[in-house]
Amino acid sequence: MENIVNIFVRSVFIDNMVFAYFLGMCSYLAVSKTVKTSVGLGIAVVFVLTITVPVNYLIQNFLLKEGALTWLSPSFAGINLSFLSFIMFIAVIASMVQLVEMVVEKFSPALYTSLGIFLPLIAVNCAILGGSLFMVEREYANIGEATVFGFGSGVGFLLAIAGIAAIREKIQYSNVPAPLRGLGITFIITGLMGIAFMSFMGIKL
Amino acid sequence: MSKEKEREPLFSTKNLKLLRDPLGENNPITVQVLGICSALAVTAKLKPAIVMAISVVVVLSVSNVIVSVFRKSVPPRIRIIFQLVVIAMMVILVDQVLKAFAFEVSKQLSVFVGLIITNCIIMGRLEAFALANKPWESFLDGLGNAAGYGLILIIVGFFRELLGSGTILGYHVMEKIGIYNIGYENNGFMILPPMALITVGIIIWVQRSRNKDLIDKS
Repeated sequence: MENIVNIFVRSVFIDNMVFAYFLGMCSYLAVSKTVKTSVGLGIAVVFVLTITVPVNYLIQNFLLKEGALTWLSPSFAGINLSFLSFIMFIAVIASMVQLVEMVVEKFSPALYTSLGIFLPLIAVNCAILGGSLFMVEREYANIGEATVFGFGSGVGFLLAIAGIAAIREKIQYSNVPAPLRGLGITFIITGLMGIAFMSFMGIKL
Repeated sequence: MSKEKEREPLFSTKNLKLLRDPLGENNPITVQVLGICSALAVTAKLKPAIVMAISVVVVLSVSNVIVSVFRKSVPPRIRIIFQLVVIAMMVILVDQVLKAFAFEVSKQLSVFVGLIITNCIIMGRLEAFALANKPWESFLDGLGNAAGYGLILIIVGFFRELLGSGTILGYHVMEKIGIYNIGYENNGFMILPPMALITVGIIIWVQRSRNKDLIDKS
């Protein structure tokens, strides 16, 4: 149990997708103009990450890893298919995103229209594929841990995008130097938020 | 159609523009806001930044050509999957080559080579350019955009390594100048991830104050 909480807190605050690894920056910068749409995108990312990371965990451990195919026949023990992981993961992610898109279109048409092009673009959101690749790199012990990691990373992204959107709504009223307006100041704010998030570093639960 | 038959020279002004624009006024990172994700994480040192830039040049120019060759035979409905397969194939190739010939660097880049697949520059250029243009132009466009991306990567990597560790490509420049004797110290802050964002912010600031057309209207 401790372990699970630890992974969750790590993935939300310390290893935050946006501030520590700069993943998902494209949609982070493009959709963060208003709080409402950014929260919608954040929730979609949480949902997709929570599904894709455990699914990819199963694929990694029962199909791709060296010796993973032994459950079929002991003679496959020497097969290592991990070079296929990119293509497998991206296929899982693309189909999951398609699923989420259909669900959102059915149950919340307003959110669907406001997310617009960015919903299908979650498929190429680095945070999603990054979640799966980090899951492989960190070698989580079981599927529970992997799920918590996926969920936590999603929450971290949601937190980051909601925060920057709120700041950008406020900053409209500030007197930013003209060449810095828009993109430039957003980068610098993100950097400052990243420095703030770094204060979580070293926390052990 | 008959006009298209007249072959233009390989490096006509129009084609050179494709190559040159992304380096400056239409830079993928500072103007089109594409591909920030991987751009920032690999720039703490100059060497991984250069390797990353080269990998993206290879992946983007080749996949641009492949998609452009097949642009008429792939139905629009499945184009995204098709593009992802092409990109993933190229990235797997690059990843395997890096693992074979530059294992140290490939360890440093860790997941970021894989993340070239989801680098928005690549999807963005395939969608916006390769689907509507001939292979040679697509190749130039890919080369130009990837080079513009690499340029920013190398600038950021250069300053972060120089100011953060006092070295360039592992060579102790600051020590050779003797600047430590007059009380200069490395700014360890530059190596930390948030400084990459602030460095890019400053690059954008400089670029936009030189070129007023790029300033956001809002």
